[in-house]
Amino acid sequence: MQLALKNEQFRRNKIHPQKFALWAGIAAMVMLFAGFTSAYIVRQAAGNWLEFQLPNLFYINTVVILLSSLTLQGAYYSFKKGNEALYKMLLVVSFLLGISFLILQYNGWTELMAIGVDLGRNPSGDFVYVISGTHAAHVLGGLGVLFVAISHSFGLKYKVTEKRKLRFELTLIYWHFVDFLWLYLIGFFLMQG
Amino acid sequence: MSSVTTAVPAKPYDDNLLIEEFGYEDHFHEHHHGDKYQSNFITHYIFSQDHKIIGRQFLITGMFWALIGAGMSIIFRLQLGFPEESLAWLKPLLGKWIEINAETGMGTLSPEFYYALVTMHGTIIVFFVLTAGLSGTFSNLLIPLQIGARDMASPLLNMFSYWFFFLASVVMFYSMFLSTGPFSGGWTAYPPLSVLPQASSGSGAGMTLWLVSLVLFVISVGLGGINYITTVLNLRTKGMNMWRMPLTIWAFFVTAILALLSFPVLVSGFFLLMFDRGMGTSFYLSEIFIAGEALPNVGGSAILYQHLFWFLGHPEVYIIILPAMGLVSEVLSVHCRKPIFGYKAMVYSILAIGFLSFIVWAHHMFMSGVNPFISNFFVIFTLIIAVPSAVKVFNWITTVYRGNIRFNSASLFSIGFVSMFISGGLTGIFLGNSAIDIQMHDNYFVIAHFHIVMGIAAFFGMFAGIYHWFPKMYGRFMNETLGKIHFWGTLVGAYAIFWPMHYLGLAGLPRRYYSFDQFDTFRQFAEINKFITVAAIIVFALQVLFVINFFYSIWKGRKMTTKNPWGATTLEWTTPIKTGHGNWPGKIPTVQRWAYDYGKDGREFIPQIEPLAEGESDLGH
Ligand code: HEM
Ligand SMILES: [Cu+2]
Repeated sequence: MQLALKNEQFRRNKIHPQKFALWAGIAAMVMLFAGFTSAYIVRQAAGNWLEFQLPNLFYINTVVILLSSLTLQGAYYSFKKGNEALYKMLLVVSFLLGISFLILQYNGWTELMAIGVDLGRNPSGDFVYVISGTHAAHVLGGLGVLFVAISHSFGLKYKVTEKRKLRFELTLIYWHFVDFLWLYLIGFFLMQG
Repeated sequence: MSSVTTAVPAKPYDDNLLIEEFGYEDHFHEHHHGDKYQSNFITHYIFSQDHKIIGRQFLITGMFWALIGAGMSIIFRLQLGFPEESLAWLKPLLGKWIEINAETGMGTLSPEFYYALVTMHGTIIVFFVLTAGLSGTFSNLLIPLQIGARDMASPLLNMFSYWFFFLASVVMFYSMFLSTGPFSGGWTAYPPLSVLPQASSGSGAGMTLWLVSLVLFVISVGLGGINYITTVLNLRTKGMNMWRMPLTIWAFFVTAILALLSFPVLVSGFFLLMFDRGMGTSFYLSEIFIAGEALPNVGGSAILYQHLFWFLGHPEVYIIILPAMGLVSEVLSVHCRKPIFGYKAMVYSILAIGFLSFIVWAHHMFMSGVNPFISNFFVIFTLIIAVPSAVKVFNWITTVYRGNIRFNSASLFSIGFVSMFISGGLTGIFLGNSAIDIQMHDNYFVIAHFHIVMGIAAFFGMFAGIYHWFPKMYGRFMNETLGKIHFWGTLVGAYAIFWPMHYLGLAGLPRRYYSFDQFDTFRQFAEINKFITVAAIIVFALQVLFVINFFYSIWKGRKMTTKNPWGATTLEWTTPIKTGHGNWPGKIPTVQRWAYDYGKDGREFIPQIEPLAEGESDLGH
């Protein structure tokens, strides 16, 4: 990766190439979910559509993931401001909130099954499983990245360098993305439901 | 100003001096001690992060698949052209897929395997050859070289992009050796054949591997695409503004955007398909009887899959053709010694095609039971695509017109591309009318249309690119005589294969039929089918000749002795003949003008690195 850095001697755009690449990747992920939600709309219009209430845990979870975005943003500010203890603490808190999100999602799915909307019952429920499941997989990926960030924060000597700032920003952008994605999805389910 | 000249020699210029004087120093070498990554065979040739090597890896893998994909078509053409002949001699190759009649010793291709062959042929050529082998090869090779970058934005992800393609290839290849055979439900993998494992012999394990392979393939495309876009937008050298980019780069750039936005939608369709296959959902299934037994699935819609598939499927055909268009534009301009006609119109039509390609997908579904009023919308946008396509054709022809054409393999294949694109594009306009499509859909007219406009045309663009950039890739030239035989034979042969198919289609001959001899109406076409098969065999032999020429020339071809053998303006020809990782040994060249200064001010060509003269105007704003 040495080579890539050399290229930065002359940079065209203010945005860093790696950040740009991440945004391009996010565009692709947005299309994945756009595909799902358009399929949802098309299928719903065809009738034979089971109506049901989303599990309450989904709403609680919306708060959880929003909070995790805030704490991670806070971690980033503390990192830049030189508040090492707070930075580490908030990083860990964000990670734990992310884990809780996944656990609560899982419980949300069991709640769904408990009211009889199990997988294979009707496309309306199946879509919820597929879409929220794929979203959860994206959260899991984000947790992997957060884990790396945590091990860096504890393993490396605290220092604010351009490189580490960039790495943090990449993590932050991705995490905010999975957060906004969930907001979009829950809003979508509500509007359509 | 525009007196085109051949006699006046180019003003002697020395690109080393120009780079030394106007290039910029990025201290590449100080950090690049003794070229660490090229120190051993494994990192140099196998897990290489050098975009030029990765491009060649895509190319060679693509050629491997092209031979398999085309070879398959020969086998199923034998079945269509000579249904009475014994295929027993293929038994050693195909094993149980050739059924031998115990009494007569006659060998016949099993119908299941016929479908497997057709399916694999389509999948392989569309995705592995004309997507990975074409855009993968040339985006990798040319983007950093032509925009003046040391490598891609992320050489590491770029390497992964190739290896995901390789993994996809391994999985697909493996699926061909399953005892139940590979997937056999058509390259579009429509449900229910793709959903119900019991629907056909390839619908079980074959389809599972097909899905795995294609998901790996999409990851490859995604990693590549992200890199191409980022590199073009961020790593252009000083002076290389967007309007100075060669059309190749524009084409690869828009192609990557299309790929990045459309392939994920295919994946969403595949996910739903996987759930239907494995988890008991019914996204695509409804009220199905199979083998006399009613399935429990209700409420699904097979048309839903078609929407998701074609939302990728139509952009995909442009993902295939746009890189070919870019290569052809460049090759034509260089070898006609004229600036490309209407550069900006070319760029705008690439953009227009890219945009429109997202809103025409349902023209593949006119006969699937979509609402006819919705069809009208798609008819209109489909026909509008003909406009930017026609602009491009007009500009290519005008570029060639009164040019000092060098008739070599590269330029001939480019001209052949234009011919094919016109011929196949015109039939698209017929198909784009939903009323006419009632007759044409799913018959040989469609086969003729897309093989000419996409299959052959994209192959021609790829051949033009290979012949033209071969010296850049291997430091040697391909053999011209063999190249010309390859061109003329393939041109005539390809038309001989596909033109008669228009007639067959108009007469109603359906596609994807294993055999026509049971139908009185279709038996009369036996002679035409024979003719087509013979032509296909000849064309296949010519492609083998090309492959021989290719590998022979890598080691034995005429050596390249000057950096810029074609007298081209673009940056890749300012790199040393043996181009190392990092592309330029010293400074990176800067760009002073657009890419198409041919026949200007009495000079045959002016390279992009040469500063504008006093008062000289530049078209690249
Ligand atoms: C003038 C522009 C074009 C128009 C109006 C057009 C229209 C159409 C239509 C309406 C069909 C569906 C026919 C049917 O299934 O009944 C079709 C099929 C197809 N077209 Fe085009 N087309 C155009 C250009 C192209 C280009 C440039 C490519 C590729 C580079 C292409 C590739 C294909 C392919 C692959 C199929 C068939 C896919 C399949 O069913 O297996 N077309 N075209
Ligand atoms: Cu299409």
